[in-house]
Amino acid sequence: MTRRRLDAHRPSTITAESVYFDRRRLLRAAGLAAGGLAASACGADDVAAVKSASAPPPSSGDGKFAQLKQSPFSTSQAPNSFEDITTYNNYYEFGTGKADPARNARNFQPLPWSVRVSGECEKPGTYTYEDIVGPHAFEERVYRLRCVEAWAMVVPWVGIPMADLLKRFMPTSKARYVVFQTLLDRDRMPGLRRPVLNWPYTEGLTIAEAMNPLTLMATGIYGKPLLPQNGAPLRLVVPWKYGFKSIKGIVDIAFSEKRPVTSWEEAAPSEYGFYANVNPEVDHPRWSQARHREIGAGLFDDKVPTEMFNGYGEHVADLYRDLDLRRNF
Amino acid sequence: MLRSLKPQTLKWIAFLAASAPLMWLILDTFGIAGGSLGANPVEALLHRAGWWGLMLLLVTLAVTPVRELTGMAALIQIRRLVGLYAFFYVVLHVLVYTILDQRMALGPILEDIVERPYITVGLAAFVLLIPLAVTSTNASRRRLKARWNQLHKLVYPIGVLGVWHYWWQVKQDITVPLILAAILCALLGYRYANWLKRRRRRAARAQHAS
Repeated sequence: MTRRRLDAHRPSTITAESVYFDRRRLLRAAGLAAGGLAASACGADDVAAVKSASAPPPSSGDGKFAQLKQSPFSTSQAPNSFEDITTYNNYYEFGTGKADPARNARNFQPLPWSVRVSGECEKPGTYTYEDIVGPHAFEERVYRLRCVEAWAMVVPWVGIPMADLLKRFMPTSKARYVVFQTLLDRDRMPGLRRPVLNWPYTEGLTIAEAMNPLTLMATGIYGKPLLPQNGAPLRLVVPWKYGFKSIKGIVDIAFSEKRPVTSWEEAAPSEYGFYANVNPEVDHPRWSQARHREIGAGLFDDKVPTEMFNGYGEHVADLYRDLDLRRNF
Repeated sequence: MLRSLKPQTLKWIAFLAASAPLMWLILDTFGIAGGSLGANPVEALLHRAGWWGLMLLLVTLAVTPVRELTGMAALIQIRRLVGLYAFFYVVLHVLVYTILDQRMALGPILEDIVERPYITVGLAAFVLLIPLAVTSTNASRRRLKARWNQLHKLVYPIGVLGVWHYWWQVKQDITVPLILAAILCALLGYRYANWLKRRRRRAARAQHAS
């Protein structure tokens, strides 16, 4: 049943992936990679240096992002196939099975989209998708994604640095946390009809985590706009935390003085914490986090060891210097 | 119409129905006819084998109530077949776990058994199933006589352990385990009600005799 739908996607999938690999090879061959990396690294938090997107953001599911900036944060690991990334999803608003989101979000039209910005900032208001992404240059960032369920993928995200976006709303000194919420639309999201979690899905980061250069507001995968099952049109990506922190379908951003209670924390406080940093030494009460299965591996491939902070420790370990990560899991 | 089915026909239907999940699993594992296990094949094999083991276990438990309520006496002919198929899927589930998921690493397996209650519960169900499968032959039945019936009552706690094992590994959405638990309660409740009825009848008879 699923197969037929996948086949329908296949032609575009193959194109996207081949273009993707081609571009990377071309970049390497031209020796541009190294120079480009250094330049974008020092310009990461310089808003003025971020040229406004020359092409308007794609308005349909077929459009592609033009002029993607490559990122020094990208892993050299091979990304997972478009098919795996778009058919194996946790997005409970569209059902709790891994294949449910791809099936139930098929007719979901993300645009037009608007985001409410509120709380401790000087520029609160309601912003459209175009307002949100308009002034920024899209980057491609290939990140590892480690799910709390002990599997992992490599995803070639497209997006904008979260710090650049949040700075435009001018958070005040009272803004210690950033709280994100997912769309709550029972007509378009069938999973919401059952009280699996306390909807709307709520996630949060400390302001330092939100402003970390790794933190991304993702808008695409494989150079194309996000599909609904991956959190279209706007989702968070925090690669050093378990996947459930990377909230999808964001419609609400609030700067807060108080730490929010996140959805999973509320549902099972002994199993999911606010920080949810990838940590092989702290097991989930019901399973080990020491190793994980790589999506895309074969039936006979072994699990691989999980790295602290999902291997992003050099960028984020300092954030948690004074924190007991065993208690603040 | 169903009631007029010959036992042999019934057995064939049960055999085909119980092997269908296996055929489907084989097609998906080897990518035949467009089949696929999806992005996480080990997990898919593990979950699907376990699921069908549990399903057929519940079907086995449903044979007697359905037979008594519908008067389809021939149904008893398929109970052993379905029960053995349940055992087969559970064995497959255990093999996928030990070989593909844990790569036969004794340390992690023991850690799972000791530290993860849902694994402990599942293992208990599997271990209890073994004597039932072993004594499923006609010869065993004749040899064990009344003790055979006693031994095979183990299938009740096994049903409880199986649903429990499934319930405990679900991350958050307990709808399906709740449904299975309700079905199990109905199947075991039917037997409990029967037992109460029999006891009352026996008591009445004893009173009458004295």
